[in-house]
Amino acid sequence: MPTININRQVFEKLAGKKLPIEKLKDRISMLGTDLESVDEKEIIVEVFPNRPDMLSVQGFARAFSSFINVKTGLRDYKIEKSNEKMIVDRSVADVRPYTACAIVKGMKFDDEKIKEVIDIQEKLHITYGRNRKKVAIGIYPFEKIKTPIKFLAQNPKDIVFQPLEFDKEINALDILEKHPAGRDYGHLLEGMKKFPVFRDANNEVLSMPPIINSHNTGKINEKTKDIFIECSGFDFRVLKKCLNMIVCTLAEMGGKINSMELIYGNKKYITPDLSPEEMKVDIGYINKLLGLNLKEDKIKKLFERMGYNYRNKKVLIPAYRADIIHQADLAEDIAIAYGFENFKSLIPKVATIAQEDKFEIFKSKISSLLTGLDLIETQTYNLTNKEVQCKKMNAEISSIELANSISSDYNVLRAWILPSLMEVLSNNKHHEYPQKMFAVGTIFKKNDKFETNIEENERLGVAIASEKTDYTEIRQILDYLFRSLNLKYEITDAEHNSFIEGRVGRVVVNGKKVAYIGEINPRVLQNWELEVPVTVFELNLTELYSQTKISIQ
Amino acid sequence: MEIEKIISTLHTFERKVLPVLKETSSFEKIAEKTKLQKVEVMRALQWLQNKKIIRVNKTLKEAISLDENGLKYKEKELPEKTFLRAISNKTPLDDIKHKTNLSKEELGVSLGILKSKGAIEIGKERGTIVSITDIGKNILKKEFPEETFLKKKFPINTSELKDLDKLTFENLKKRNKILKINIIKIINAEPTEIGKKIIQHGIEEKNIIDRLTPSIIKSGEWKNKKLRSYDVKINVPNISGGRQHFVSQAVQYIKRIWLDMGFKEMTGNLVQTSFWDLDALFVPQDHPARDMQDTFYVKDPKYGKLPKELAKRVKATHENGWTTGSRGWQYEWSESAAKENLLRTHTTVLSAQTIAKLKKENLPVKFFSVGKVFRNETLSWKSLFEFIQVEGIVVDPNANFMNLKGYLKEFFAKMGFPDVRIRPAHFPYTEPSAEVDVWHPVKKQWVELGGSGIFRPEVVKPLLGQAVPVLAWGLGMERTIMEYYGIKDVRDVYRNDLKQLKETKIWMK
Repeated sequence: MPTININRQVFEKLAGKKLPIEKLKDRISMLGTDLESVDEKEIIVEVFPNRPDMLSVQGFARAFSSFINVKTGLRDYKIEKSNEKMIVDRSVADVRPYTACAIVKGMKFDDEKIKEVIDIQEKLHITYGRNRKKVAIGIYPFEKIKTPIKFLAQNPKDIVFQPLEFDKEINALDILEKHPAGRDYGHLLEGMKKFPVFRDANNEVLSMPPIINSHNTGKINEKTKDIFIECSGFDFRVLKKCLNMIVCTLAEMGGKINSMELIYGNKKYITPDLSPEEMKVDIGYINKLLGLNLKEDKIKKLFERMGYNYRNKKVLIPAYRADIIHQADLAEDIAIAYGFENFKSLIPKVATIAQEDKFEIFKSKISSLLTGLDLIETQTYNLTNKEVQCKKMNAEISSIELANSISSDYNVLRAWILPSLMEVLSNNKHHEYPQKMFAVGTIFKKNDKFETNIEENERLGVAIASEKTDYTEIRQILDYLFRSLNLKYEITDAEHNSFIEGRVGRVVVNGKKVAYIGEINPRVLQNWELEVPVTVFELNLTELYSQTKISIQ
Repeated sequence: MEIEKIISTLHTFERKVLPVLKETSSFEKIAEKTKLQKVEVMRALQWLQNKKIIRVNKTLKEAISLDENGLKYKEKELPEKTFLRAISNKTPLDDIKHKTNLSKEELGVSLGILKSKGAIEIGKERGTIVSITDIGKNILKKEFPEETFLKKKFPINTSELKDLDKLTFENLKKRNKILKINIIKIINAEPTEIGKKIIQHGIEEKNIIDRLTPSIIKSGEWKNKKLRSYDVKINVPNISGGRQHFVSQAVQYIKRIWLDMGFKEMTGNLVQTSFWDLDALFVPQDHPARDMQDTFYVKDPKYGKLPKELAKRVKATHENGWTTGSRGWQYEWSESAAKENLLRTHTTVLSAQTIAKLKKENLPVKFFSVGKVFRNETLSWKSLFEFIQVEGIVVDPNANFMNLKGYLKEFFAKMGFPDVRIRPAHFPYTEPSAEVDVWHPVKKQWVELGGSGIFRPEVVKPLLGQAVPVLAWGLGMERTIMEYYGIKDVRDVYRNDLKQLKETKIWMK
């Protein structure tokens, strides 16, 4: 999640009040932003993804000021009507169908301010704009542009201009290949025959969204006073919201918002539109959800503390808020304004019956039988690798691979549990023998009878490593478990490459194969660099549990 | 009287050792004379010292013995000597190698040593050419000092070495596996004043029984004799038994808390479809949390199946809010994205599945789970890729935000954190959403231990058929466990070091 660095002086001026540092810390946390750090000069906060409108000092201070009861309710932003036009050509319908635009005049830029604006643009790109996929934002010096502006799609070879921070004109395809922004965002234009482009009345390229602006017409500097802003993407509502967030912030920087006329064929729209959205409020619903009993006038005040206005059972939502899609969102803002710290803690007197999962109970019984035999329980990872699962075990076992693990040591789901125990033994060579241990864990197998096409079973692995361990010793443990569970079992001869030939058996309960048991093959011991004999069994607890239930019936 | 009382506490080993001290003070000799094993002598000396009967002095010495190459060279010959004998005039190194069968390392060592002794001259003409000097010829006639050294009787104490031997030792020490140097402890024991008196007094053994045996009990022999007194303050060797892993102990404890509070346990699969893990929880398909980088996806089988009817409701809710009263996320919901298999990113997936199985007449209900969740991270001292999450839901038409705070406060009080605060947060599936902090009495600050909130109607209605408030929380566990056990590196939680598992304290909260 993005963080913003806030100059404390600027912030306090915008917020309209100076708070002592402890109070400031507390209020920032309770507003719904994660405070990273604060000192005399700077505040660093993390803004949650539902509040992109707070990604600027202005936006953050705006919310904060209302919250601390200094400047409450809807802000009034004046929009001057301009006759500037944006003509949206039909050709963009298949590539990037919408744009929402505005002009902000009378800005006073210096290095700092320019950086600030670019910073806001970038943070909106990453968050609300989903890395420019949903929204791409362009900001231009209006003085260098001749209106009307056209938004159209063209053959990439016909889009030739000098991109930002580049020394010569190149065509759109070259931009994707050679310009850093082209390499980073080129995938957003993948497979398109035509690319979107903004051109002014002189046919000068302004930008090629969502990639890059023109060096000549798309770069603001200290002399720039008036700026043209466009947001392009696929959802007109989203673009208008994003534009609103930007123009409100620029207005708070001292700019004057001017509207533009967008011409989509025979339809016309005026943007930005800062008129608040209305939503019906059910005070009963909010009170019930929060466990409060707030009267309407109190609710009204709390809404105002979150930047809304309230009248006639309706709330007026600021035009820059993008996260209010249900009354539940309003309820949360009421809770924030009321203060999370002011809610009582109360457990209702409702009788419900507890129940531990039966299989979990079964597993913990198995576990206590084994610890009673002086075995140590280990906790091993579900993720492992093929080397551990197969090669070191001298076995061919197919395991399920992960698509994108960043660690090659942990890129498959385990198909059996004994390798995990061998790994534990191998890591404990420096400790005294005998070593006796067990592990209970999940194993994964392909099986299309299941929802995920993967079957998960719980397995018990037991391992003993000592100079004197042998089949009898491990078999005694298995035998003890089955006697305790009152289950009869048989053992049949088996073959398994991880074990010593002739010293491995398959355990069968009611005709179901539930376990392998035996002595580990010295080749496998060598693979794990173990110098003492190891005896093991691996038991399918899921199957065993269902057999236990059958035997009880 | 004092002396006799002391004598009565003496163990058999001590009784055997003490008289021998008249003749010797050396540990080895004591063992020899008493015919006790070394550990037994050691224990006897320890006990006698505790009783202030003797003084034990320990000094460290370096003992030299021959290592594998030392033994080899002693038996055969030093490689440099072999080397030197193989040289006629201007012999190419390759020839020497051929003739002597010395290893590459030995050849190198020999070259160096002989050069420094002035025994050879080295030239270059299409490879290295070696010639023997007059000094070399002279040396060859006598025994090398290194040879003399190897013939000594080992072990030798370094402190006993003088002059040439010392120099030779220093040279050999640098070479590969010729000498082994062991630090040995030399132990001496001498009686103290009390000890001397006890020895003088004599240790009467006849009427003392060391061990009570069934035959002594049966025969009544014990009536006429005295059972030796023990030093009950003495340390004993460690023993250990089988036990649960400390994480399991903590998990059991946490489960007990929720069971005590009337919660039912939820369990479920570790691999889940994105549908249950994310879509059913109203996480939009372009949400950053669904990025490849945070979540483990399964390569094959890449896709699972969708519950048809529920998927329709979820799709409608994402796209336009369905009948939840919401606007939805306003995008086109993709079925194939929802089918992708992943390792569950939170146990909230179990809550979604549990709610989907509930009926109206079951309410109110409370559920919890304690289970593994996954995040695609590399293992490091501060991050794990699989860890435990504690999950809870309360599905109750009358539940509210105050109750959420109530349940969390009760749980954390039982975990040893009586002060709990919640503060605003954001999760796509809860509204209101709250971060849960506990007051850390030692660090004197708020520590974040999880997330919570009330499930959005967009989550609950498609699953349950009606929008009922569902209080929900997902809490981290490893931090509390680590702190309790004083673990600094999170990997140590699952390192399975047997010594740690056997000896660490048990979960006592």
